[in-house]
Amino acid sequence: MGTDRTRLGFWLLIAPLAVWLLALIVLPHVGMFLVSLRERVGVREYETSLANYAVFFNEPLYWNTFARTAYMSISATALTLLIGFPIAYYIAKLTRGRTKTTLFLMCLIPFWVSELVRTFGWMILLRETGIFSGLLQYLGLVGGPVEMLYNDAAIMTGLVYTSMLFMVVPLVTTLDSLDDSLIEAGYDLGASGFAILREIVIPHAMPGIVSGCIVVFMLSLGNYLTPILLGGKDSLWFTGLIYDQFITRFNWELGSAFGFLLLGLSSLIVFLGLKLSGQSLGKTMAQT
Amino acid sequence: MSQVPDLECRAISKSFDEFKAVKDVSFSVPQGTFFSILGPSGCGKTTLLRMIAGFQKPTGGDLLIKGRSVLEVPPNKRPVSMVFQHLALFPMMNIGANVGFGLRQRGVNRADTKRQVERVLERVGLAGVADRPVNSLSGGQKQRVAIARCMVLEPDVLLLDEPLGALDLKLREHMKVELKQLQSEFNTTFVYITHDQSEALVMSDQIAVMNHGVFEQVGIAKELYYEPETAFVAGFVGEANRFSARIDSIDGGILGMVTPEGRTLRGIGAGQGLATGTTVDVFVRPEAVRLSRRHADLSAMGNSGQGQVRNILFNGANSQLILRDQTTGADMNVALPQTGEFRDLAQGDTVHFGWEPQQTRVYPGAGGRHGN
Amino acid sequence: MKTTIFLSASALALSSFGAQAETLRLLTWGGYAPENVIEMFEAETGHTVEVTKSNNEEMIAKLRATNGGGFDLAQPSQDRIAGPQIEFGIYKPLDLSKIDASQFIPSMLEATKANTTVDGEVYGVPHVWGTSGLVLNTAMAGDVKDYTDLCSDAVAGKVSYRLKRATLTGFAFAMGMDPFAAYDDEEAYQDILDKVEAKLIECKPNVKAYWGGGDELKNLLRSGEVTAAMAWDTGGWQLNDDNPDITFVAPTSGALGWIDTFAIPARGRADEAAYAWINFVMQPEIAAMITGAAGNFTASKGGDANVDDALKAKYQKSFPQEAIDNVKWYPVVPAGIEALEGATLDRINAAN
Repeated sequence: MGTDRTRLGFWLLIAPLAVWLLALIVLPHVGMFLVSLRERVGVREYETSLANYAVFFNEPLYWNTFARTAYMSISATALTLLIGFPIAYYIAKLTRGRTKTTLFLMCLIPFWVSELVRTFGWMILLRETGIFSGLLQYLGLVGGPVEMLYNDAAIMTGLVYTSMLFMVVPLVTTLDSLDDSLIEAGYDLGASGFAILREIVIPHAMPGIVSGCIVVFMLSLGNYLTPILLGGKDSLWFTGLIYDQFITRFNWELGSAFGFLLLGLSSLIVFLGLKLSGQSLGKTMAQT
Repeated sequence: MSQVPDLECRAISKSFDEFKAVKDVSFSVPQGTFFSILGPSGCGKTTLLRMIAGFQKPTGGDLLIKGRSVLEVPPNKRPVSMVFQHLALFPMMNIGANVGFGLRQRGVNRADTKRQVERVLERVGLAGVADRPVNSLSGGQKQRVAIARCMVLEPDVLLLDEPLGALDLKLREHMKVELKQLQSEFNTTFVYITHDQSEALVMSDQIAVMNHGVFEQVGIAKELYYEPETAFVAGFVGEANRFSARIDSIDGGILGMVTPEGRTLRGIGAGQGLATGTTVDVFVRPEAVRLSRRHADLSAMGNSGQGQVRNILFNGANSQLILRDQTTGADMNVALPQTGEFRDLAQGDTVHFGWEPQQTRVYPGAGGRHGN
Repeated sequence: MKTTIFLSASALALSSFGAQAETLRLLTWGGYAPENVIEMFEAETGHTVEVTKSNNEEMIAKLRATNGGGFDLAQPSQDRIAGPQIEFGIYKPLDLSKIDASQFIPSMLEATKANTTVDGEVYGVPHVWGTSGLVLNTAMAGDVKDYTDLCSDAVAGKVSYRLKRATLTGFAFAMGMDPFAAYDDEEAYQDILDKVEAKLIECKPNVKAYWGGGDELKNLLRSGEVTAAMAWDTGGWQLNDDNPDITFVAPTSGALGWIDTFAIPARGRADEAAYAWINFVMQPEIAAMITGAAGNFTASKGGDANVDDALKAKYQKSFPQEAIDNVKWYPVVPAGIEALEGATLDRINAAN
């Protein structure tokens, strides 16, 4: 009797999560997967096959676009980590109380406006008739207008800017939990600042680094607006291809296949990243 | 032993804004000494230790290790090592890597490091654990690893910041003995800070009692216990019954006093400026107080009275009796001799007590400050 | 004038009097359903209108996602109806008896009906038409006469166009080919696409950015970062108000003409309101208001009479008679053509 009630309570508790997972995550993916297996052979005629997946591997354009997207996303992740780590360290270890809250909030401020507005902000700054170009001319550093928009560097800037918070938050959390006395013990035992960073701080922050990197990588890979708007004619991005297949080509079959390939390949990259850094997903999630 | 002390502080002080944490403290620690700094929390002992380690810069004075000033030497270059309060073992490394950490920083090659790590672990009784993770060890074993991690570097001075605080009571008793043994085995100078008087009394060659940023008294355990120089030391080191009183007569070495409630006391002065009319603090140790069922046995003792048993704290040889002094109405702490004579003593009984003036120490009253 | 509106409106109101008030979910382009027109329509018919602004591709994608549900009236271009209808069945045949044919310019109505007929059923009637061609800053890019001139050194780095099928078609014409004639011959069409692809890849360094939205292009032209672009006529005319140097120019090979239509989604639930809306907005006075808002002329007979003179002047300047005669109207896009074009566009996008 008692066990029955416990079991009922258990199912009631888990029901919202189960409904959420099933209705909003599992079912759409199953549907998309079925669509991706359809090959169009004529007007309103479809056959089940893996042809759509074959298209991806046979057409170097798609394959290259994915490789480029992955490469750019990995670079953006590395850059975000490089910039975010000192910021997180400063917030977690060198400030207290009010300053800490203020700095944390400042990292959050860009997220009070939509991604579109943020991206347009960068366009205003970087464009040929924009603020940076004008400033450089005013200072006499350049002779004429400089175009800083519509290239890979602009995409990178936008991605890093958009992702910064998602790197800083887990890093601050893990660095906060690093006992100051460990750092002092390191100094006391004769270590240099760099040795402490390498042997104590980074190993301790590893779960935060890994989870931050996963989130930033996935966000960059799945970003659509930033690469399209800031990249201009060089904005070859895999999500753009998927959008094109769904919206302008009406080719849902290929679009679905691309969606699944993106899911699979990005998971593979994350898995390889975890293996290389010697972390496990469970460990990472448990500690941050 | 060498003439030059391992550690010497000259009028060292540290201020945080308006607050002076350490005020012109001077002391020196000869080689091979177990030196303890004993004081309540907030007395400045941690600040002092951190200045020695190099984590804080003194605002005045000088600090010498083996005769050389180390004020300008950063913590990672100082020939001192520190065992932290919570040990600060690196959880991301195994035991061997923890112990070998300092050697690696010095650029000692891998084979030598491994050999030295094995040797020092053996000396602390933990041979063969180098490959195990830190968390596989018990509290006492971690303690020894923390010490081994420092000792492998052969520091001139080992600083210990209340390392036993996190251990349970039984283990703490055991570790006291073990720490002392380790210290004499390594023959290294230990500077140990604690707020636990029994740790300091048991282990130390020399103890400094610190309060409000200054050393109240420096001496061996016995001196501190039997001849405390200040009221604070008398109250802080060991147990004591304390009375506030006023001097009404001085007869040779013996001071006659009276408490506000009318109890007369006789004791010996232990401080400057004791004259008739001075307000004083009077301390007497619980074991100095004798008990008897008959007043006549104690009438010759110089201090005597009658009290009612409020409570009996039975603890074998360390049993204590809480008496309510019928004159002052205050509680007194008296050692209960386990001779069998008072075995049938029960709560509510009335007994006589008394003690010698020679075991009664009188200090100029500082007002307010209390010992135990 | 007011009386006429009133009379015709009351007539309409009477004709649909028996029907219940419905909500018309309109899937259309920006400017095609101005607020004041909606207010008049709602006041006179009792129906309410909900507008969703979109473009050709999104309209089809949205309707396909719901199998033709979610909207009661859509406005895709006439060349984009038959193909998707055959493929996805997202529209329902129009009941032409419910549409007042006398309000339409007859030639345009007949052409649209012919182009949107599938299995003998008509799926679209015309609404707004316009062209795409060149929008130029004549002070700086006066030498640009045709699409291929966008690749000349004179305008290097100052060019923008969309990476869409219209660009492929325009360049094909400018290169002396006739892509429309090749629509039924996949091989010939692929051949044309390959030549255009080579040209556009060669032209790529000239391009500042491929524009996506109208506002983006306007910003580029207004700031002077772009001086020559391939775009819609209205965009050029609007910019002309801000900067007299910028205007729309019909390319020598011919502007590309498009007609946006009315089509009823297969699972639309407010057909009465949809027909009422069609008849309402095709009245000459209302059509003129829509022209004022959208900048393009409509298929309403006499609808241009009430149009603002300034717009008329711009139109006449951009379109001398020979340019009008030279407009290339989009024929029906056969199924499969878009897949070829898509692959071409992808390759152009990926080229360095």
